Order: sequence, then structure tokens, then C-alpha cells
Amino acid sequence: MSAQEYVFVVLGLVGTVAAFRLVTAKNVVHAALYLVVTLATVAGVYLLLAAEFLGWVQILIYVGAIVILFLFGLMLTKAPIGRDALDNQQRGISLLISLGVLAGLVFLIQNAFDWNDPKIRPPTGSTRLLGESLFRQYVLPFEAVSFVLLAALIGAIVLSRKDESP
Amino acid sequence: MIRLPLVLFFSAILFSAGIYGVLARRNAVLVLMSIELMLNAVNVNLIAFSQSLHDLTGQVFALFVIAVAAAEVGIGLAIVILIYRNRETINVDEVNLLKW
Repeated sequence: MSAQEYVFVVLGLVGTVAAFRLVTAKNVVHAALYLVVTLATVAGVYLLLAAEFLGWVQILIYVGAIVILFLFGLMLTKAPIGRDALDNQQRGISLLISLGVLAGLVFLIQNAFDWNDPKIRPPTGSTRLLGESLFRQYVLPFEAVSFVLLAALIGAIVLSRKDESP
Repeated sequence: MIRLPLVLFFSAILFSAGIYGVLARRNAVLVLMSIELMLNAVNVNLIAFSQSLHDLTGQVFALFVIAVAAAEVGIGLAIVILIYRNRETINVDEVNLLKW
């Protein structure tokens, strides 16, 4: 195993534990903080895979913006504490389904990829190429995404505004 | 240099945890958090394959997924706050106005 793989295994274990704590936490604010840990480990995985632009975008947008949005959402709604208040009665069957999906995915990955396959040799300095690809080949989808964000912005304002009846 | 299946296993674990959260949680904000977890698992896969195949399309799509996820969280939380204002609860099993 190479040094990068050791770092990846550590990151993966931290992310796995945080993800499990996120879906089983009894306090919603703790769940949001576990979400921060999970997203940060995912950003670390991106950096480890030499996708540095995506790594910093992940930190900025997910850890910086989306988690703050979640914390505002938790603050503006009453957040009860306790397992029965946060989980429904289908814990057992959902555990069964998710373990089934995990087993299926692991089986598929095990079948599709050989353990001795060539490892990922990430190209270095992909940010420049990513920008060129984004603004040459994918400039139309890029603009479409900006319209999606604009529509979401207007929609969120319209939805959460208090109606002032005339 | 990382073996590709290792990254894929990590992504599969994140995705299954997200599925469990979506199915077992009744607080709408926690359901949205679990959806974010699943979207992140997809992004990990996209970037791992992109770096393994030396094709940048995967990273461009991961960027689009992040943008759409941000829009989804904004709209989702606006809807959650609207429901809370009207019903005093955000438990998804108590909001059953459209259920038969």
C-alpha cells in the first residue's frame, strides 16, 4: 500500500464513522456537525485524488454555505431531541434495505474491478484544463446551471416570504 | 496512487448511509441532510473515475451536481420552513395532506 492509500483509509474511516453518526444522531445540531465532518473528509478525498479545484469548491460551498443553510433551517424550526422524535418506526426495515444496497454495490464493485488493476494515477494540475473544458465544451450547460440557481433563489424567496394580506 | 475499488467502497458506504437516513428519519431537515450524503457519494464516484480515466468530463459533471444540490437545499429548506409555519411540525409522516 502506498502512502496515499494509508491517508485515504484513515479519511475513509473517519468519513464512515461520521456518516453513521449523522444518520443515527439524537440531536439535530450534532447531526449537522457530523455532516461537516463527512463533507470535509470527502473534500480530503478529492484533494487526495488531485482534484484540487473540486476539493476547495466542496469546502467553500458545502462546508461553508450548505451547512450554514441547514443550521438556519434547524434554528427556524423546532428541533426536538431524542431518537423517537427524529426517527420513524421503520428503522429495522430501512437498515435492512440500506445493508442490502451496500451488499449489492460491494458485490458489483468486487466483480467489476480487479484488486490488481492499475491504480489511479491522477494527472497533476487539472484546474486549468477543467476551466478550459468548462468554458469551451460545456459553456451552455454552465449557463443553464446559472439559470437553475437564479430560479432556485427566486423560488426560495417567494416560498419563505410572509404573505402580507392587503 | 490509490486503488480504484477502495474509493468505490467508500462511496458505496456513504450512499448506503444516506439511504438509511432518508428511510429512517422523520425530521425533514435530517432527510435533506441524508440526500446531501447520497449526492456526495455520487460525486466521489464521478471524480474517482474522472481521475482514473484521465477525462475531465466527470469533474465538470461533479461541479454541476454541486450547483444543483445547492439549489435543491435552498428550495427544500424554504418548503420546510413554510410547512413549519403552517403545521407547527416538520415530521414527514405527519404531513399527509396529499396522501389519499
